[in-house]
Amino acid sequence: MPLRSSGQTREVRIIDSFVAIGRYVPMLLRASLINIELLFALILIGFFVGTLVALCQVYGGRLLGTIAGIYEWVFRSVPALVLLFLFYFGPSQFGLYISSFLAASLALGFRSSAYQSQIFRGAIQSIASGQMMAARSLGMSRPRAIRTVILPQAFRLAIPGWSNEFSSVVKDTTLAYAVGLNEIMRSARIIYDRQYQLAMPALIGVALVFLVMTYAGNGLLGGIERRFRIPGLQMPGQGREGELIRRK
Amino acid sequence: MNSSVGSDAAVLRVEDLHKRYGSEEVLCGVSFSLAKGETMVVIGPSGTGKSTLLRCINHLTPPDHGRVWLERTEISHHRANLNRIRAQIGFVFQDFNLFSHLTALGNVRIAPMKVRGMSRRDATALAMEELERVGLAAKADAYPAELSGGQQQRVSIARALAMAPKLILFDEPTSALDPELIGEVLDVMMGLARDGMTMLVVSHEMGFARSVADEIVFMEHGRIVEQGPPARMFTAPEHPRTAEFLRKISELYGESDE
Repeated sequence: MPLRSSGQTREVRIIDSFVAIGRYVPMLLRASLINIELLFALILIGFFVGTLVALCQVYGGRLLGTIAGIYEWVFRSVPALVLLFLFYFGPSQFGLYISSFLAASLALGFRSSAYQSQIFRGAIQSIASGQMMAARSLGMSRPRAIRTVILPQAFRLAIPGWSNEFSSVVKDTTLAYAVGLNEIMRSARIIYDRQYQLAMPALIGVALVFLVMTYAGNGLLGGIERRFRIPGLQMPGQGREGELIRRK
Repeated sequence: MNSSVGSDAAVLRVEDLHKRYGSEEVLCGVSFSLAKGETMVVIGPSGTGKSTLLRCINHLTPPDHGRVWLERTEISHHRANLNRIRAQIGFVFQDFNLFSHLTALGNVRIAPMKVRGMSRRDATALAMEELERVGLAAKADAYPAELSGGQQQRVSIARALAMAPKLILFDEPTSALDPELIGEVLDVMMGLARDGMTMLVVSHEMGFARSVADEIVFMEHGRIVEQGPPARMFTAPEHPRTAEFLRKISELYGESDE
């Protein structure tokens, strides 16, 4: 029967394709390094700008607070792809050349900073006002009190929410494919453009790389959370009280 | 008349302090002065502006009107260096407000390091000395959440002491404590009073007031109703409201006569 035989050849082809992808694995892994580099760049931008935006929103007064609010609104509202194209093609309108890596770092970094700012803002605002008052009563200026008393506590509180944002931006690095960065998604595309049978194994390979990256990242963040846990101080949902909540 | 220059011995002088929150006037013209080494205890019903008074003194809450001097420096001057002045005035809060991410040692040593620019080593030695003074050297490495309320308050007193303050303001330092923990904090405060620390204490601990206060101030509705040495305030207050309040407070706290 023609139907059965075509089914058999398809099975053979699938197995062959998974074998054939083997020689492309180094290429995919090399490309994934670009994703990791991009991840570092955008998470750093997102962290510093996000912290700044959060501080402006909490302590900046009306003017800075409004500016920070608009910034946060814009970068949370505009789709990531639109931001990428705006940052990549936008500068060329003014005769400025911008590499796809830089464009992706800035577009995705600023976008992440808007989300991170909300995580940090919540954390800062959840710190009891007495902490600031005690710091000021000892003669610390407000910036110094923020640096030495507020932020060290806020960052600890922010780790769980931040881990979530981290898992999200890890995956966002594949969007840079749209501005021609030779990251893993684009490499996969090059492979299966050449041999369309390799589409499935190539994409599964990409998926595996991200499974590993997210796992490693969350493990690292969990380690950081444990390392900086304040003895005796329990977050809601941990310890005995948390047990009672979970048990219902 | 040169009423704005105080006597040389006055560590703190407050003149006609006013503070209003919306339509509510919390302080309506409070004036007093505190000599070096003196302990003044402020009593009065809740909501009469006692805590606001303390916060207006070091301008954690800026007063609307009135002047405050720490020795010869005017805190209320518009060009006063508030951070520098606050560094010389200790403040002990009702709910301790220890920095929760730092150990007891870290709490005591942070201001000498960050505000005074002391080296970590010197600040550590100083902090250990102050912790020793409040009897908590053994708990130096404990975090606030691992300490009892009484221990936390003693650490917060050590934190204030580490800045070698000219004056310490206590805002109901034992009100948030379980009854059996109050004694250890009062013991530390009594020790400080005997060592000659200048202290302004908002508290309803009558035993403390009776044994170490040089002066008791009774405040109501944002005004000082009456003030005087404990002997007179307890036995022969001039104002009927003072007598009534002291009687109620004694009943409430079940204070036994000495």
